[in-house]
Amino acid sequence: MTDVTTLPAAIGESLAAGETPGARAARLRHYKVLAWRWAILVAFLGGWELTAATGLIDPFFFSQPTAVVARLWEWMTEGTAEGPLWFHLWVTMEESLIGFFTGAAAGIVVGIALGRNRMLADVFSIYIKVINSIPRVVLAPIFIMIFGLGLGSKVALSFVMVFFVVFSNAFQGVREADRNMIANAQILGASPWQLTRSVIVPSAMSWIFASLHVSFGFAIVGAIVGEFVGSRYGIGLLINVAKGSFDAAGMYAAIVIIMVVALAADWAMTRLEHKLAKWRPQPHGEQT
Amino acid sequence: MATISPPGDGPAVELIDVERRFLTPDGRSMTAIRDFSMTVGRGEFVAVVGPTGCGKSTTLGLVSGLSRPTLGAVRIFGEPVTGIDPRVGFVFQTDALFPWRTVVDNVVAGPLFRGRSKEEAYEGARSWLKRVGLAKFENHYPHQLSGGMRKRVALAQTFINEPKILLMDEPFSALDVQTRVVMHEELLNLWSEQQASVIFVTHDLEEAIALADRVYVLTNGPATVKSIYTIDLPRPRVVADIRYQPRFIEISHTIWNDLREEVQAGYSRSAA
Ligand SMILES: Nc1ncnc2c1ncn2[C@@H]1O[C@H](COP(=O)(O)OP(=O)(O)O)[C@@H](O)[C@H]1O
Ligand SMILES: [Mg+2]
Repeated sequence: MTDVTTLPAAIGESLAAGETPGARAARLRHYKVLAWRWAILVAFLGGWELTAATGLIDPFFFSQPTAVVARLWEWMTEGTAEGPLWFHLWVTMEESLIGFFTGAAAGIVVGIALGRNRMLADVFSIYIKVINSIPRVVLAPIFIMIFGLGLGSKVALSFVMVFFVVFSNAFQGVREADRNMIANAQILGASPWQLTRSVIVPSAMSWIFASLHVSFGFAIVGAIVGEFVGSRYGIGLLINVAKGSFDAAGMYAAIVIIMVVALAADWAMTRLEHKLAKWRPQPHGEQT
Repeated sequence: MATISPPGDGPAVELIDVERRFLTPDGRSMTAIRDFSMTVGRGEFVAVVGPTGCGKSTTLGLVSGLSRPTLGAVRIFGEPVTGIDPRVGFVFQTDALFPWRTVVDNVVAGPLFRGRSKEEAYEGARSWLKRVGLAKFENHYPHQLSGGMRKRVALAQTFINEPKILLMDEPFSALDVQTRVVMHEELLNLWSEQQASVIFVTHDLEEAIALADRVYVLTNGPATVKSIYTIDLPRPRVVADIRYQPRFIEISHTIWNDLREEVQAGYSRSAA
């Protein structure tokens, strides 16, 4: 798109100086929400720690927050039994990222192509439905057989996890594109390719972004499930090893790492989306 | 049938015994317009009025080349319509601006689609935005403008292509009365400069009379032409005052008596 210059201040942002009663109420409410969030977190972790410490639940199976933090610290400073943590994390990230980008790109291209071409859509929709009905994880052993224990099999699994989600949203997004807007572009002189590029793709963008949000999580799932089934490195391997040695703290520590990565990715995606969607009106009452 | 007039020599728009049928969702065929004939001279401003749902938009769709007639012929400048013609401009009833583009990027869309250079397109767009009084808003997004301003962007977006035939489908029906009158004045100014032929669809009879040279009254669906009125009000017209002139009121009475039956028929049909 062409140069996007600065927008005038959004209406909601002009209240800072003289605080109105409404703004005050909104601020108080915001603090109240924050307070409750922290309270629930503290209660959950404290309850877990206490019940584990007093023997109400068995720390052998359920571990306890302090043990998990200690294990995380140990992994970060001394490395895991299988080598440095950062290396495993990097392997998993590499698999997820490659799977995510290739899967998303393929999903967008195929989704738009089928969305734009009735004939292609009618021919291929049945196959997509059939393949889509396969639970993705059962493909893991097959991919490992075909692509081996290394990067390839995990990327392939990540790819199929991501592809179908992004594909179906891109397809739907194309189908939902406003008919009036399409007619307008055609009358203004758009060729089919110009129409796709400057009307169909931008208007499908919000659908596509909605799928990208969830699908990075799916990419990680693909990589980790692949690592479970057979691998030499990766967070999935760490979980497998921890399971093999009945190391509950290690399993939870791996989960925490995955959580942090997935949340960071989601945050980055939201930022990117906001940047690209400058043109959208501010939703009423949105707060961050 | 062979046309006698050589191509490029006929009236701006001709519809000859046109019929257009649609397939309804339950698989039956539904006739939207039937035995429909209409001629628009070069530089003429024609308004089309008729009850809601009678087939006005369908007619414009045929002239624009967005859809094909089931029967009959549609010609522009004596040539049959085979697709979307670059000489045609279309202003839609609902917002058809691209919401992710700024005002100026919306206006350059047409020239850029048609392969003009960037400099030329932006230069043209800026001058058109000045014409419609939106020079200060070129970097706004459509959602940051009022309905009347968005309509002016739509006009600039259409007029920058210098259409020889301008189709307008209830373009101002969503605007408040004051804004609508301002838009009428602007439209008449632009039209008199551009010498385009206009088909202006509306369900507002006063709007039709204030703007047009001739008014086509359509029957309740399936639409055919019920009557044609020539509006002999002198030009240039001041739209804000014209509706109080005795002649305007007289014409308005005559046409309304004609139109009322159709509106009532349409109402009782949709209520049944
Ligand atoms: N694409 C379509 N498919 C089926 N029916 C349609 C289609 N477009 C219009 N119609 C029908 O044709 C009739 C005329 O519609 P339209 O031309 O939009 O009316 P108007 O613009 O006068 O309000 C309506 O009954 C409408 O339901
Ligand atoms: Mg209509």
